[in-house]
Order: sequence, then structure tokens, then C-alpha cells
Amino acid sequence: MNPSVDALRATFGSAIGRALESCGDTIVYVRGDALLQVLAWLRDTPDQRYDYLVDVTAVEYRDRERPLEVVYSVRSLERRVDLRVKVELDPEGDLAVDSVVPLWRGADWLERETFDMFGITFRGHPDLRRILMWETYAEGYPLRKDFPLRGRFSRAEQVRQALAANPEAHYSMEELSIAEAYGELAPEMKERLRRGERGKLAGSE
Amino acid sequence: MKRVVETKEVAGQNPNYLLAKFQDLVDWAVNSSRANSLWPMPFGTACCAIEFMATAASRFDFARFGMERQAYSPRQADVLICAGRLPFKLAPVIRRIYDQMPQPKWVISMGACASTGGIFDNYAMVQGIDTIVPVDVYVPGCPPRPEGLLYGILLLHKKIKGESLFDRVRRRDEQPLDDRGLRLPPETIDEISEPFGNSVHQFRSA
Repeated sequence: MNPSVDALRATFGSAIGRALESCGDTIVYVRGDALLQVLAWLRDTPDQRYDYLVDVTAVEYRDRERPLEVVYSVRSLERRVDLRVKVELDPEGDLAVDSVVPLWRGADWLERETFDMFGITFRGHPDLRRILMWETYAEGYPLRKDFPLRGRFSRAEQVRQALAANPEAHYSMEELSIAEAYGELAPEMKERLRRGERGKLAGSE
Repeated sequence: MKRVVETKEVAGQNPNYLLAKFQDLVDWAVNSSRANSLWPMPFGTACCAIEFMATAASRFDFARFGMERQAYSPRQADVLICAGRLPFKLAPVIRRIYDQMPQPKWVISMGACASTGGIFDNYAMVQGIDTIVPVDVYVPGCPPRPEGLLYGILLLHKKIKGESLFDRVRRRDEQPLDDRGLRLPPETIDEISEPFGNSVHQFRSA
């Protein structure tokens, strides 16, 4: 068992739930409202130094009684230690946790993917929108257990909606890497970007 | 030329003139030029694109069949080769590429995924690109070997040589999207999107 678990219990008390070891990795359950403080503490405390966020993902079990889990894999590159932190969410309730983008900038797309596939909202995420499916995708969240393998709509409706999508609208202005050249763009291009624009750009509006 | 009416020998030499219908002569000239100098627009999304590259490279070399120049701009291409699976997110992209290609244009669907969706019978994948753009030649395989693609290209040559400038019926129209934004009636799309829908009405046992 990873000694960080005992240190977490000593610091956060009842906010830390059960811990278990699986295939050599330590998994520790954390209450949702304490998640941000726990991860910040793991990252910044000198003898912990979990400085690298490996992945953010989620699990839904086939057993409908079990809660959804949001999984954070953190690693200390200096100490060469891994830790997996999980938050349980009630599938009937509000599927929301705090975003960890303020701690790790790299969590941005990981949380967007988890939102896209599971419908979990990350509070405080700077640009929470779909990343794999297109933004107007209306069939739901594909990795949820109640999602049919072939989608909810008929194939013809899926084709119709896909063909109606605007390919440029998938990207924010930042992703198109032309934010700095925006002033020099043709008016028509600006208009197209404005229609597809969802992300926030520093200094605009 | 198949439809030569008459050839004559003069003074014991080989036939040195021939008689044919003017239409056949024009079709022969036009179609041979088109078929023997196709400019392919590769649309590679998966492992089929690797086989496509092998087909383009020295060992198989589809330049031998007139595809010397690959067109990386759809506006200078004759034949769109979709090599690999097509997710719904790319459907408007391939449709726009197809719309940008000048007439006459042809489409080769390379591999199981492009032709039918293949093993990806799920929410994210187009079940055959013929629901998005009209397809002339389907090349089966997962992925097809370069010989398979070359055979498909030769079949396309055959098809092009059978077209006629004067007989519009034998030429495929552009098939624009209808007011629903679809190329085919919805029932047809549902039907061919079923498992094995492109071949027979047959369902997987599971």
C-alpha cells in the first residue's frame, strides 16, 4: 500500500474513503468536495510531489447500484510512485466534480473527453465542450451503459445530421492557431470563425 | 476499338484506314485519355492507406496505369480513393472534397470499412461511404493487398471506357444532396447500414 494514503488520512480525515491495492497500484477514494484540495496537496507537499497527471477518465459499472467513478492517475516523476484517486458520483444525481485544470493545464482535453463520453460536468473548466464527437452531437454520451452500441438515432438520421455539420465548427480559434492573425483575416473568414467560435480568446469581447 | 465498322487493305499493306461511327471514335479518344491518366485524390484514414502507399510506391507502382500524379487538391483530381474507415465526423469533409472535384469524377471505396463500415458497426462510424458519396468500385479486403487495389483501378478503367459522351444514361450524374441533405432515401440508408446490408439481408448471430 502506498504510504501516501496514510498521510492523506492524517491530513484530510473523513474526506478520504476506503483504499485498496489492485495489480500493484494503490487506489484511494476521495469525497468529491475535497478532491481539489487533496490533489493540490498531493502535488505540492514536499514529500509527496505527485507532479504529473497521467490521465483523467471515468468508469461506469454494469451493476446499476454502483456509482460512477471519476479516475485521476497521478505520478511523481521524481519519486517514481503512482497513485490513483477516485471520486464516486451518484448516477441519479448531479454528475459534477471540480475541474483540475487550475492544477494541471494538461487536464483540459482529458476532462473534455470524459465529459464527451460520460456526460460528467467539470466545474470551473475553461472550455468544456465535446472533443471527440462533434459539438452538435445530440445522441447522448456514448460510453454510458444505457447508450446503445449503434447510437440512438436511425442510420439515415445519423447520416443527415453528420452531413449537416459544419467541419470548421469543431475547432475553437485557439486550436486553429490563428488567434494572433485574427486582425488580418478576410471578413468572410472572420464570420465563419465567429459562427464556429465557442472557446474564449484573451482580449476578445 | 470495339466498334470499328470496317477496315480496308490497300495495295497489300496492313489495314491503313478504318471506318467507324464518329461518336464511337470520339468516345474512344476521350475515354482512353481519361482512363489512362487518372489523377487520384487519396483520402486515407486507416491501415488501408498504408496499402495505398505501397500501391503507389515502386514495387506495385500505379503510375504504370496512368496514375503518375497524385492530386492532393480535390480541384485537380479525377478519382477519390477512400482508404480506411470513415467516422461520421469526417462525413461532411469527404462530401465537401467530393463536391470540390470537377466532373467527370469517380470514387473507389477501398477496404471493408469504407465499403460497409467493416467491424465498426457502432455509433461513430459511417456504414459504407456510399451513403455519403456515390461509389464506382468497391475493393474488398481488410486491408486489400496492392494487387486488389490495382485490380479495382483496372475495373474503373473498364467502366470509364464504357461511358459515352453522347449517351447521358450511361454516364453517372453528379448526384447532389437532396433537400434533406441526403444522397439516398432514408430507407435505403437504413437498409444498407444493416450488418451485411450491402450484400444480403443477413444478421449476425449474436
